[in-house]
Amino acid sequence: MVGVDAIGEAVYDAVRHAAVTLRSDVRGAMRAALPGERSERGRRVLEELLANAEIAERDGVPLCQDTGTVWVWVELGSAECPGAPLQPAVDDAVRRAYADGALRMSVVRDALLDRTNTGDNTPAFLDVAFREGHGATVSVMLKGGGSDNASVVEMLPPSAGADGVRDVVLRAVEQRAAGACPPLVIGIGVGGTFDTVAKLAKRALLRRLDAAPADAGIFAFERELLGAINATGIGPAGLGGDTTALGVSLLTAPCHIAALPVAVNLGCSAVRSAIVEIE
Amino acid sequence: MPLDLVLPPTRDALAALRAGDEVLMSGPAFTARDATHARLVAELRATGELPYGLAGQVLFYAGPTPPAAGRPLGAVGPTTAKRMDAWTPELLAAGIVATIGKGARSEEVREACGRYGAVYLAAVGGAAALLASHVEEAEVIAYPELGTEALMGLTLARFPAFVAIDTQGGDLYLTAPREWRERMGL
Repeated sequence: MVGVDAIGEAVYDAVRHAAVTLRSDVRGAMRAALPGERSERGRRVLEELLANAEIAERDGVPLCQDTGTVWVWVELGSAECPGAPLQPAVDDAVRRAYADGALRMSVVRDALLDRTNTGDNTPAFLDVAFREGHGATVSVMLKGGGSDNASVVEMLPPSAGADGVRDVVLRAVEQRAAGACPPLVIGIGVGGTFDTVAKLAKRALLRRLDAAPADAGIFAFERELLGAINATGIGPAGLGGDTTALGVSLLTAPCHIAALPVAVNLGCSAVRSAIVEIE
Repeated sequence: MPLDLVLPPTRDALAALRAGDEVLMSGPAFTARDATHARLVAELRATGELPYGLAGQVLFYAGPTPPAAGRPLGAVGPTTAKRMDAWTPELLAAGIVATIGKGARSEEVREACGRYGAVYLAAVGGAAALLASHVEEAEVIAYPELGTEALMGLTLARFPAFVAIDTQGGDLYLTAPREWRERMGL
């Protein structure tokens, strides 16, 4: 049985690991981009980011000083009953991981009423879903403020179609990428409702860059978007060059007959996530 | 080749920099983020002077992580500079000579850099473990209750950055993507 303690341990381990370890697929994409980056300044930035990943892993220090807010997505087998409320268990894991890992506390009590730091990086932002069978999948993302601030939701008319989606993505990149720490990983959600499309875009950031989507049409659209994004010239760190993004990941969902919701969640060069399977 | 820049920089040293130059900075710099700026500007308006000996000094837009790996800061890198734009012209007028951050800035900041002979330097966002290895000392100067947003005095050692806005109106964020597209026929 999956109890809250096991979920808490999964969150703790995922936070500690993700804060100091560049995702292997992101590191691979960065290494692959380096020889093809024609801007000398762009190459200097990519070299700096690869050296940064080595120092962080070697010394166990954070990749980025913005160790983010914590998003936890628990997919729980329908046969499981954790036996206690999840939010306190997840918050306790976050509290311990941020103290033990010497990570930065970046959460304020209330966005408008009380902007004092909570001092322990809680609360975590928790989503729970149920699936068939046993076990649980715990996905954890440490989301930096700069890249989350540079994200957008737009409700398009259905007539806008794929061209409309492309316009939203490229406008977001052109107007906001430079402050979001490129080379970026770009999560896109299309479909659902105003609130769920943003979550779809965030979930897209969890997909490994070396894993192709199941649908061939989506795969082709992602490649097309990546080509257009890397033709903007924004480049590494936004200082000019070829490598504005390392990957594009797009998830779709059903939606209302009147709607074409689009969300773009920008992931920075240190996009930090980990997925833990609990048997 | 990167240029060595001693901090605090002289006005002449700043005037010689051009957008796109790579620099290695050594000497003092002071961390200041959103909440720090609100406090500093309130003190400036109340007294007419920059507090804590900041006149002639460099602000680094950063909120570090705690000490780690035998270094004074575990990780420290630039935060998005545009959030500080509303305060920057006033701080440059009062004597701040350079700022370090990431991302594009407002026209008002660019004009203020020209007017007061100040520069804006871009460090690489997301390279905070590497950048922390170029920080030799760190101590809280003011506002300890702000946690990571406290005003901290750092001593930098060959800390890498690019000149993003120079004293002549040059702005790398404004021109570099367009110039790259034109040069590469994209």
